[in-house]
Amino acid sequence: MAGVVIIGAGQAAAQTAASLRQEKFEGPITLFGEEPEFPYQRPPLSKDYLAGKISVEKTLVRPEEFYSSKNIVVNLNTKVEEIDLEQNTVSTASAETFKYDNLVIATGSRARELKIPGSELNGIHYLRSIKDVDSIRGEMRTAREICIVGGGYIGLEVAAVASVLGLKVTVLEMESRILKRVTTPEMSEFYHALHTKKGVDIICGAQVKSFEGESSVTSIVTEEKTFKSDLVIVGIGILPNLELAKNAGIDCENGILVNESCQTSVKNVYAIGDCSNHPNPILNRRLRLESVPNAMEQARVAANNILGGDKKYSTIPWFWSDQYDLKLQMLGFSADGERSVIRGEVSEEKFAVFYLSNQKIVAVDAVNSPKEFMLAKQLYGEKADPEQLSDVNYDLKKMLS
Amino acid sequence: MATIKFIEFDGTEHVVEGANDSSIMEAAVTNLVPGIDADCGGECSCATCHVLIDQVWRAKLDEPSEIEESMLDLNPDRTEDSRLSCCIPVTEDLEGITIKLPEFQY
Repeated sequence: MAGVVIIGAGQAAAQTAASLRQEKFEGPITLFGEEPEFPYQRPPLSKDYLAGKISVEKTLVRPEEFYSSKNIVVNLNTKVEEIDLEQNTVSTASAETFKYDNLVIATGSRARELKIPGSELNGIHYLRSIKDVDSIRGEMRTAREICIVGGGYIGLEVAAVASVLGLKVTVLEMESRILKRVTTPEMSEFYHALHTKKGVDIICGAQVKSFEGESSVTSIVTEEKTFKSDLVIVGIGILPNLELAKNAGIDCENGILVNESCQTSVKNVYAIGDCSNHPNPILNRRLRLESVPNAMEQARVAANNILGGDKKYSTIPWFWSDQYDLKLQMLGFSADGERSVIRGEVSEEKFAVFYLSNQKIVAVDAVNSPKEFMLAKQLYGEKADPEQLSDVNYDLKKMLS
Repeated sequence: MATIKFIEFDGTEHVVEGANDSSIMEAAVTNLVPGIDADCGGECSCATCHVLIDQVWRAKLDEPSEIEESMLDLNPDRTEDSRLSCCIPVTEDLEGITIKLPEFQY
């Protein structure tokens, strides 16, 4: 028996291995990861790990000993170069070949690069791996002015950490508002004001033209103005790592195409996590998600199906972001709503925005409001009375009965 | 270190060792105890590590934080024994603790 080969060693890969063992699979499980670390969680990288509050060990999905104790082989520092669908093999950069019965592609995603004059200078970073953050942390000790290109969640989380550490922080956003791709103008405005209050300078509509400096970056040039900066973090989105699959002849389109069982166009090949483009039966459309809960659930679905089960993927996407002492929990997509209802006080930094379509809850953005998040999780797609939702004196528990 | 007994909803028992500097959730996940999803990895953001701890053991724990309390409040399976296991650190005081798992995580 050749067993299950998993390409990737991130959260989805680790969860697949764990779920296979949990479901009593006794055959070989082999992971291939390009990075030197055992599978770790990426969300803390732009939060507590960047702030130096937690160690690498604390970011690990499971302790190192877990893998050997469960007979899971983890090949670190190993890049898979090719998948041979005829032979059912994968080969690594060192030309070793491994056979599989079932293959799971969990190759994740990579940071989208900014290719402009000067982008090869030292002091310009992306934030995707432990290695990236270790370099950033090192340079943050001596940096005074940090520029962040991109006002998405990664950029804003970095801005929060850096400003708490006392750096002068500027965020340059190309769009007319921060978080434009992921949330509503109201939420953008709230986070813009929050960061401004903390001393972060946010400039929207900024077209970054070039970086300047001798060997290290010293300034960043936009159409309007030049900003002094001795450290730059670029957070302008990610790209799915689908090339291995595509080169092997597996169907891809904005990710590796899979069905509700996380199966690709090839029967014994699965794709999960950030790299997969999957159907969501609740939202009734295909999605490619950059999210841990999605990675975990797809891993469980793939493991179950590999072992002959019929578990189908069917969950409502949700996300979270921590900035300063604010916990933002999001469920569904606010763009699906026709109207919004606010519960709580925006000025007190404790509120939730429910998004309704045909009077049904289709999304929520909850700032320091876990109760409202939990409510939406359970009442997704159900009718809700906007007056009850907006009335803080109305006990939400009544809606669940 | 503490020996922890998890009891699944169907009665299946798992006795595991929880390491200091880890949480009850991590002890479960590391030992492949089914029934705890922990989708957020232990940041008290998802409430999918819900467990039930009886009053005697609960008395040895710190009170839940406001966030944990709010996350639990709207859980349909909530009882007075409910806690989120990512928010409970393993300590020697918990040697022999018994923890029950709910049927579903929400």
